[in-house]
Amino acid sequence: MSGGTALNPKTAPPFPIAATAMVGNTQLRKNVRHATDVIQAKRARVVGEMPDWQALRDAGSAVREHTIRNLPFYLEQFERNCTAAGGHVHWARDAAEARAIVVRLAQEAIARGRTAPSIAGRPAGEPQGTHPGAGEAADGVALQGEVIKIKSMTTEEIQLNRALESVGIHPYETDLAELIIQLGQDQPSHIVVPALHKNRQQIREIFLREMKLEHLGESPQDLADAARRFLREKFLRVETAISGANFLIAETGGVCVVESEGNGRMCLTLPKTLITLAGIDKVVPRFQDLEVLLQTLPRSATGERMNPYNSVWTGVGKGYAAGDGPEHFHVVLIDNGRTEVLADAEARQTLHCIRCGACQNACPVYRETGGHAYGSVYAGPIGAILTPQLLGMHYAQSLPYASSLCGACYEVCPVKINIPEVLVHLRGRVVEENTGGLKTITNPEAMAMKAAGAIFRSEGRFRAAQRLGRMGETPLERRDGQGQKWVSWLPGMLGGWTNVRDLRAMPQQTFREWWEERERKGAPAGEAG
Amino acid sequence: MTESSAMSSREAILSRVRGIVGEARDADTVGLEWAALPRAYNAASAADRDAVLLRLIDRLHDYDAQVYRVSPEEIAGTVREIVSLLGLTEVLVPAGLAQGWLPDGVAFVKDEGFSPRELDRFTAVLTGSTLAIAETGTLVLQNLPGQGRRAATLVPDVHLCVVREQDVVATVPEAMRRLQATAELPTTFISGPSATADIEMTRIKGVHGPRFLHVLLVR
Repeated sequence: MSGGTALNPKTAPPFPIAATAMVGNTQLRKNVRHATDVIQAKRARVVGEMPDWQALRDAGSAVREHTIRNLPFYLEQFERNCTAAGGHVHWARDAAEARAIVVRLAQEAIARGRTAPSIAGRPAGEPQGTHPGAGEAADGVALQGEVIKIKSMTTEEIQLNRALESVGIHPYETDLAELIIQLGQDQPSHIVVPALHKNRQQIREIFLREMKLEHLGESPQDLADAARRFLREKFLRVETAISGANFLIAETGGVCVVESEGNGRMCLTLPKTLITLAGIDKVVPRFQDLEVLLQTLPRSATGERMNPYNSVWTGVGKGYAAGDGPEHFHVVLIDNGRTEVLADAEARQTLHCIRCGACQNACPVYRETGGHAYGSVYAGPIGAILTPQLLGMHYAQSLPYASSLCGACYEVCPVKINIPEVLVHLRGRVVEENTGGLKTITNPEAMAMKAAGAIFRSEGRFRAAQRLGRMGETPLERRDGQGQKWVSWLPGMLGGWTNVRDLRAMPQQTFREWWEERERKGAPAGEAG
Repeated sequence: MTESSAMSSREAILSRVRGIVGEARDADTVGLEWAALPRAYNAASAADRDAVLLRLIDRLHDYDAQVYRVSPEEIAGTVREIVSLLGLTEVLVPAGLAQGWLPDGVAFVKDEGFSPRELDRFTAVLTGSTLAIAETGTLVLQNLPGQGRRAATLVPDVHLCVVREQDVVATVPEAMRRLQATAELPTTFISGPSATADIEMTRIKGVHGPRFLHVLLVR
């Protein structure tokens, strides 16, 4: 079970090039549009039920800002309380270190399982091949492990699955959408519903092939049933689980995971070992803060008043009835560029994100291109600001430009991250890095803006530019079925626009020309030509 | 981060964060700042009790849960009806469940820390609950007598859950404030049966958790 080529911003093509390919995929665009339409309608309905929605957004924003401002306090408090409850807290500076820690913890857990009597229950026919680096169990059989996983974008961010596979550990994704992605050797295209770009026929083909089924219906119910059967045996057998976290609660050392299917609860409660990976930005001050975030997250993410399951647990539960959940619990706190985001005071609010995905659904650019064009597990507006900051601005330079700055993302954000403001700020940083600070001399966009400024300042120049533009584009025009004229290719730098969209041809008469003609004729208003 | 190669990753990350936002402040200062955060949202509901209970029932129905309004004396009889309707012969129960809820003629098996495979033998489980939230149709279960381990309400396909009307709150903030005293316990918020919308945004009941949720709302 090997994953496809992982989304890696360091090697992904720039957004305009990737997006050009995506907008040509009509099936994908149709699937993405349908899914985002449905979620947006549901979200609007359940948000509309809340007369205090804006107050909740204000409170959520304030809680997140307060947390980030006091991050050293809350991280240490979380670590202290989690440890006191029997958990183990690890710290990872970057993806490589996080991968190494998780792989080591998984190997230790699997080795424990090998020496424990319960391994006798392992069914026959499981892969027993050898692999390097995992050592030998007491019975002489090379270790060959398995882990079950809850959907976690942070594990995608560090490309954990490939690291596990490279030492012979099979990660089974248990979220339905992640299972579709994994079996289809695909990549997630949305933070909350990673397989929204696939329709039921495509999912059925993947399941038939990968689950080796002879018959399978094509209704969502049939497909979900197939996933249930496929995963049930793994839930009952595999003794190590890996999860992400929605929130780390500093006050109690507790962890909160929000989900729908129950696969999360299976992973959190049935295995003997649980390894939770979380960004250092996931901490919240107090248990009571969930009263804000548990109201805004589900409504924003899936358009439900509450998602079917939220789990909150603390360590391995010293002090209450034993046997509830894993015996071994680890939290791996990962930086991986988050302190870089923190260091930029103007972009710091990016860390307030609670990963609801509402900005993706609302974004006209995301809705046209789908998630893969962003070249990162974080797609859409939040990806456009998060990815370049996590990776360093020299990667993913095109992402701050992958937006029309329409503000829809800000409007739906449950913690009021001003994404357009951050996008503009990051565009400034891109220009600065590309020109070494000499913005206006060498940067073509800055030069173009200067020229545009000169044109807009003078009425004569503006009129001349309109006439010239109309003349210049005439050879490039073509008519569609309705007789409307379009331009689908512009030369030089202007091609940046037409690479990813067609341009409506300029009208034969400008508003000014129409207005002046109207004045001459003395015609009544409202008869535009 | 070469300057920190001699430092542990913990110290490297924390010192970086401190370098940016300043040293960790004392608990009192941070606590005062937290207490002053704006909370203009509705913490409680002005609705009367009947409206709150009706809202809970409406929300539960919305998630395809079955709701039965019963008196304390009717619990056992209703459990018997559901069990017979579903054709069940045995039902899993956590330690500490009220004996009066269990009708004669049904085999109740107490959860003695069954393994996942052993839990998988059971079709149904009967538990109590800590509270329920009307606004969101949510039941909250904790590791307390009568509510059991988290796994016990997860693996069986049918969950019968007893909720006392006095434990029904209107809003999420009311619930969180009641749960504060036991915030460290393993806690599960259940809003309807397991569901997914991953395939073309079509909501489907029951992927991995219980497919059927029966709520006995006790006067």
